[in-house]
Amino acid sequence: MTQLPSSTTRKLGLVIDLDTCVGCHACVISCKGWNTENYGAPLSDMDAYGGDPSGTFLNRVHTYEMQPEQGGAAQTVHFPKSCLHCEDAPCVTVCPTGASYKRVEDGIVLVNESNCIGCGLCAWSCPYGARELDRAEGVMKKCTLCVDRIYNENLPEVDRIPSCVRTCPAGARSFGDLGDPDSDVSQLVAARGGYDLMPELGTKPVNKYLPPRPKDTTDAIDILAPFLEPVAEEATGFIGWLDRALDALPASPKKGSN
Amino acid sequence: MHPAPSVILFTALSGLGFGLLTWLGLGMPDVTGTVAFVFYFIGFALSGGGLIASTFHLGNPQRAIKAFTQWRTSWLSREAWLSLAALTVMGIYAVGQIFFGERLVLVGYVGASLSLITVFSTSMIYTQLKTVPRWNHPTTPMMFLMLSVSGGALLANQMDKAALLLLVSGALQVLTWHLGDGRFAQRGSTLESATGLGHMGKARQFEPPHTGTNYLLDEFVYVVGRKHSRNLRVIALLCMSIIPGLGLLLMPPPHNAALVFIVLHIAGLFASRWLFFAEAEHVVGLYYDKR
Repeated sequence: MTQLPSSTTRKLGLVIDLDTCVGCHACVISCKGWNTENYGAPLSDMDAYGGDPSGTFLNRVHTYEMQPEQGGAAQTVHFPKSCLHCEDAPCVTVCPTGASYKRVEDGIVLVNESNCIGCGLCAWSCPYGARELDRAEGVMKKCTLCVDRIYNENLPEVDRIPSCVRTCPAGARSFGDLGDPDSDVSQLVAARGGYDLMPELGTKPVNKYLPPRPKDTTDAIDILAPFLEPVAEEATGFIGWLDRALDALPASPKKGSN
Repeated sequence: MHPAPSVILFTALSGLGFGLLTWLGLGMPDVTGTVAFVFYFIGFALSGGGLIASTFHLGNPQRAIKAFTQWRTSWLSREAWLSLAALTVMGIYAVGQIFFGERLVLVGYVGASLSLITVFSTSMIYTQLKTVPRWNHPTTPMMFLMLSVSGGALLANQMDKAALLLLVSGALQVLTWHLGDGRFAQRGSTLESATGLGHMGKARQFEPPHTGTNYLLDEFVYVVGRKHSRNLRVIALLCMSIIPGLGLLLMPPPHNAALVFIVLHIAGLFASRWLFFAEAEHVVGLYYDKR
């Protein structure tokens, strides 16, 4: 049913710390691994070993360089992006078949692949590029928040979190109930000023992003630096004497030929 | 947006077909027997054929019947119902005219209304998308309806009305392009606002998330051929509106060149619809530092 629930009991989602993410793409790989071997159609690759490889991924890490307006050195920000499990998810309401739905009990947005006709309209309606049509199966794939891990009592308790969160070596990803103001993730968002992506589109994302902490500013490195004159052409003092003494030995190269 | 040929064919041909059915439903022309059969054959072939073409771009077309279930929220589902209703009602009306020489006036009016509402629902599939600012505007349904009605008039041999409507739709097309060109920038989303990192300065993509292409780039960041858009706009406008519109206006009846105008109009319509997709920019391109 593609009518959105008026409210959900919980709002499960991710908090992504842009200060901590090191851009290693481990979350991308673990996501691909888990979601290829478990729930739903596998995430296919096209021409994986050929000249033009591409594939379906539910999580992608962009990397941006931020150049301060007032000058100084640029900063690198790694920016993981997956489904934000929006409260007002446009991808759900546009679906003609009811394949896309938002769960009342935890707010997770899922695709029932046996109802998906692969029209792609949900991906068109998503501002975040969170949905990719699998080219082998012809059905829409998206982050499930590892719904087959988080409630899975066959797994050790420590593993009952999304694969990306479990894998992240930097601790840049947190998982929890963002509808509960007392949860760890909600408090993290409050303490660090977590924000929504593209709030102007009215999607009300559940996932939050934590901004990079302010860093010391350093002077920009001049891109012409390698071409500048060396500061000291001739050595002086003891090093200068040693240089001349070594040059005087028979085996040393002729002056100017090094 | 990627201009998929199946979607261009579908929206253009079904729009024309439903436009023709609208005029037939209004009794313009009021035809019976074999002549009526030919008109309705063209109307149903275009509208029905367009609908069939629309299933070509589906990943799993065998499940297309499920698209009838979500009419409460989905314009795509509403379009499925409305097109079925329009074709059914117009089918009954057509049988009356072809086989019994009888014009069921009220049925015709209902069928004409449903045909127009179907075209409106098609346009709303695009208009509803906030992610594509160029489409997310009242000019999108206006353009779809105007082109359907003016092309339909041309096919329905309503030449005086067609001349005027073609010229008006040409003017609307110019307005639509003019207003649409700046809308992405007007909405104000940038790479800095999309990432929420604007306070750190100017953003530049340092490393893309993947070295190859992917579904998102193929579907939403279509830039091939955009450099030809100026020329294509002129071609679309001339073929679709100005030449057939002025031609019909200046030429005394009978319109022996009508078939040429119809062919020109359809060619122009395809160019216009190709531009509709190829020039539309999706906000997800921002994350890739591309438009």
